[in-house]
Amino acid sequence: MAKDLVAASATPMVLGILAEGESYGYAILRRINELSAGELDWTEGLLYPLLHRLERLAYVEANWQSVAGERKRKYYRITDRGLAELAEQRRQWDTVVGALKEIWHDRTPLTARPLEGLA
Amino acid sequence: MTAHDGPEELEAQFAQWRRYVLRRRELQSVDADELEDHLRGSVDELVAAGLSPDEAFLVAVKRMGSLDELSREFAREHSDRLWKQLVLTGDSGNPAAGPRSRRDLWVMLGCAAGAVASVKAPALFGLSVDDDGSFYARNATLFALPWLAAFLAWRRRARPVMIAVLVALFVLGAVAANVYPLADDSQSVVVTGVHLPIALWLVVGLAYVADDWRSSRRRMDFIRFTGEWFIYFVLMALGGGVLAAFLFNTFAAIGIVPEAFVSQWLLPCGAAAAVVVAGWLVEAKQSVVENIAPVLTRLFTPLFTAALLAFLVAVVWTSHGIDVEREALILFDLLLVVVLGLLLYSLSARDPLAPPGAFDKLQLALVVSALAIDVLVLVEITGRITDNYGGTPNRAAALGENVILLVNLAWSAWLLLSFLRRRTPFAALERWQTGYLPVYAAWAWIVVLVFPPLFSYA
Repeated sequence: MAKDLVAASATPMVLGILAEGESYGYAILRRINELSAGELDWTEGLLYPLLHRLERLAYVEANWQSVAGERKRKYYRITDRGLAELAEQRRQWDTVVGALKEIWHDRTPLTARPLEGLA
Repeated sequence: MTAHDGPEELEAQFAQWRRYVLRRRELQSVDADELEDHLRGSVDELVAAGLSPDEAFLVAVKRMGSLDELSREFAREHSDRLWKQLVLTGDSGNPAAGPRSRRDLWVMLGCAAGAVASVKAPALFGLSVDDDGSFYARNATLFALPWLAAFLAWRRRARPVMIAVLVALFVLGAVAANVYPLADDSQSVVVTGVHLPIALWLVVGLAYVADDWRSSRRRMDFIRFTGEWFIYFVLMALGGGVLAAFLFNTFAAIGIVPEAFVSQWLLPCGAAAAVVVAGWLVEAKQSVVENIAPVLTRLFTPLFTAALLAFLVAVVWTSHGIDVEREALILFDLLLVVVLGLLLYSLSARDPLAPPGAFDKLQLALVVSALAIDVLVLVEITGRITDNYGGTPNRAAALGENVILLVNLAWSAWLLLSFLRRRTPFAALERWQTGYLPVYAAWAWIVVLVFPPLFSYA
């Protein structure tokens, strides 16, 4: 999977998962893995700085909860600003996906003839 | 591995991993918490899938990828962390340090308030800054430095004996400043005014090293403290000057001239408080911000060396004797002080175990050229000894300082040379400098206490 595409889709993906309910880093990563059938291989270096950025932009808010004794876990919850951002991102992605579908509609994949358009 | 020691071993591995993570400046303790939880989630899942805790840990760490990459990603979001920030009221992420530094803050505020009160207390007895300027000039350092010493002594948990010594020395300073019948226009007033601050600053130094006053390392810390304190104080003075200028001009614009407020309240109180605040800042930030004094030293050592060598060349070229009329000797004393400062602050930032390098040679050149200039000056003076050069307190003090600095720098040059030839360790130079501090103190006290009667209060 192209790195640029992963990076571009990361924010709506995380906001979308958090819109389902509050969650924490490891679970978010598992969920992304699950949704993409293992195709999207996110690293911790991508996820946690992104979560911190979303927190800084007030799209999500975080709180620490203790689980199983000493262990602390940072839970993230989406805010109203985050929901608004998600709606906006979703609108943009719908446009992109719609346009791509329009182009690819009825065409057999992987038979690109690059010079066709020029003829 | 038995099932029994499994969890403990795993905990030890987590602890080790955590230490590893915390070594990165980009990753803070809260990030380590979050990543550790992630790692534990990963390990739990792998163990559930049938791996041993040991294997699970290895696989989980491997999956997380290299810390280099991780901290690079974190640095992109948290670039501010690469700038060490000074947390003034306790690190929220570090509960152990919190109460301590908050207590420091309160004690510092108390000491600063004490310094301000000391400045304004004489006004209650009818001594105003305008009318009794010389009283304030003589006692300027006595208002604030005892409070700085008190703050440091509190921080070092000084023992009662040490506190008694500190109090006695400050009382002695007050006696020297006020008991002798010195006329406002006498030379002795000026000489005392210059030397009393030096003597009292070294008393502050005693408070600074109160926990271990014999240790050479602690004394070197005090030298570092002095340089940083001075820089912070100058920066605060600049800020205070801007504040005073704005206050004065904005109020003047609406027809109120706050001259008395600025000159009698803002400036003296601000300066007294700044003495304590600067000391507290240096203490609070010593592990947070790079020291500035050594950086300035690095910049100016080559420039001063070039200037001194150019001066020596010019003296030889023109064969013009150095004019030591009037106050020229003081100028050359100051030159030696600057050279000593450059030497000291390079020493303070140097790794004692590093082998001799080009910068050490440059320093030797600096010290030797300063010595050569000073010898020329002394030769000039002895040529004119007939005009009774040592006859006034001014000249006696300047000559004494010159000798003290000359001895220090000459021996430093010798030690530097031996170090460059790998005969002596670098620590010898450091010990020489820190061991010399009491000499300055002794001389300053002699000038303050003995000179006025010796020169019959001239």
